[in-house]
Amino acid sequence: MLSETYSIILALLAAGAAGLVGAFALMKKTVLAGDVMSHVAIPGLGLAMMWQINPLFGGALTLFIGALIISRLERKTSLSSDAAIGVIFAGSVALGALLINSKEELIDALFGGFGGLSMNEFIFGVVSSLLIVVSLWILRNKLIINLFSGELAAAAGINIGRLNFWFLLLFSLSILLGLRFLGALLAGALIIVPASAARQFTHGLGSFLICSILFSVLSMMAGFAISSAYGLELGPTVVMVAAAIFALSLLKKKE
Amino acid sequence: MSEILKVENLTVTLDGTNIIENLNFNLEKGENLAIIGPNGSGKTVFLKTLIGLFPYQGEINWSEEVKLGYVPQKIDADRHLPVDLENLLNAKANVLGLKKSEVRAVTESAKITEKILKTPIGHLSGGQFQRALIAFALLGNPNVILMDEPTASIDQAGEEQIYELIHELQDKYGITIILVSHDLSVVYRYATKVLCLNKTGLCFGPPESALTQDVFKKLYGEEHKYVHHLHNKENA
Repeated sequence: MLSETYSIILALLAAGAAGLVGAFALMKKTVLAGDVMSHVAIPGLGLAMMWQINPLFGGALTLFIGALIISRLERKTSLSSDAAIGVIFAGSVALGALLINSKEELIDALFGGFGGLSMNEFIFGVVSSLLIVVSLWILRNKLIINLFSGELAAAAGINIGRLNFWFLLLFSLSILLGLRFLGALLAGALIIVPASAARQFTHGLGSFLICSILFSVLSMMAGFAISSAYGLELGPTVVMVAAAIFALSLLKKKE
Repeated sequence: MSEILKVENLTVTLDGTNIIENLNFNLEKGENLAIIGPNGSGKTVFLKTLIGLFPYQGEINWSEEVKLGYVPQKIDADRHLPVDLENLLNAKANVLGLKKSEVRAVTESAKITEKILKTPIGHLSGGQFQRALIAFALLGNPNVILMDEPTASIDQAGEEQIYELIHELQDKYGITIILVSHDLSVVYRYATKVLCLNKTGLCFGPPESALTQDVFKKLYGEEHKYVHHLHNKENA
């Protein structure tokens, strides 16, 4: 098992990636669907605990399946897809809770903390964080055009279905990275909350993206410091810090 | 002049309903085609089919050198999107692999000032927004531009500017224009050809000869006021 320094490095990288994903998710207005997306990880965590493998493998499996299902639903523009997504998420939480039979493990799955960090997991986490940031950097122009108008994006030759699916995968990966520290209930929060606060403080695209990353990293850093100083759970502390930054941002009057 | 577009037996079916049925016409390079028709007659669907957004039966043959630009009717852009016009134009230039200088060129062509470039998309006025869409369409040097009611959300003065702009672009670059319009005065002033669409094509040709009283009756189901107006003018 690795020392806490590795944990902190990985947590900060994962937070940075989540902040960037969150900024795009906020602009895409998919934050809420994305937030509940993290719940899809719960049955996977349950299965992994049953099979006694690394919980994150299970989380990755069901997140990937969830991304496939949501992407299919997104392509159909029928009204019922919202309802279907709601059912999938509620079902995931319920199934996960049934699969996980100890209360302690259930709390871990929901709020984070899966024992020590292995070198393999550390490397996977660092590579994934970098993959998220680099991919979003490469896709940014297509994403921006698609944010403005899917029709114009399609007219400019952009494959919107593929672009949205890529984004959903990066989003899921970002949730997966957050699971260890925040748990399935709160992993989505680090994607949404810093981005929402950053949006209040900034006007331009560049400053918004940077601010969202900074707020997310700052929440994680302060979360580590406060939780270890006062013996609190890490996940809820991080999210409370992020929520406090968001509350402060509301005080700022926007022109 | 050479042929740039040939539409043959075009039928577009969406959700089991024929929106367009058995449409036929040809268009020459450099022409300004106006498409008119009542609400729900398939004008917008037709434009979107031409740029490849909807599946269809029949033939749509663009000549080989064609590069399309598209100006949609309206975009429900999020007012709070932290994206300014410069971000958007740079994004398209980047996706198409164009140089920054091309962004300059289209903003000049569409008469977009530095200040408009730096304004968040959601804060542009109707006329500015429409010019922004035209600039966006011009990136990548299209030789055909399809426009869906480009002045639907603009006041009279702004409307005049947009049509002047379109006309200028056509004079300057010889761009072929395909334009959906509800404004018949525009059709008479700028269009070289008019297509009357109500599910299928009811007329095609130069406006002066194609737009007869009979066609208007078929198209709108009543005698059209504008034709009266013209006749009155002639009588006066």
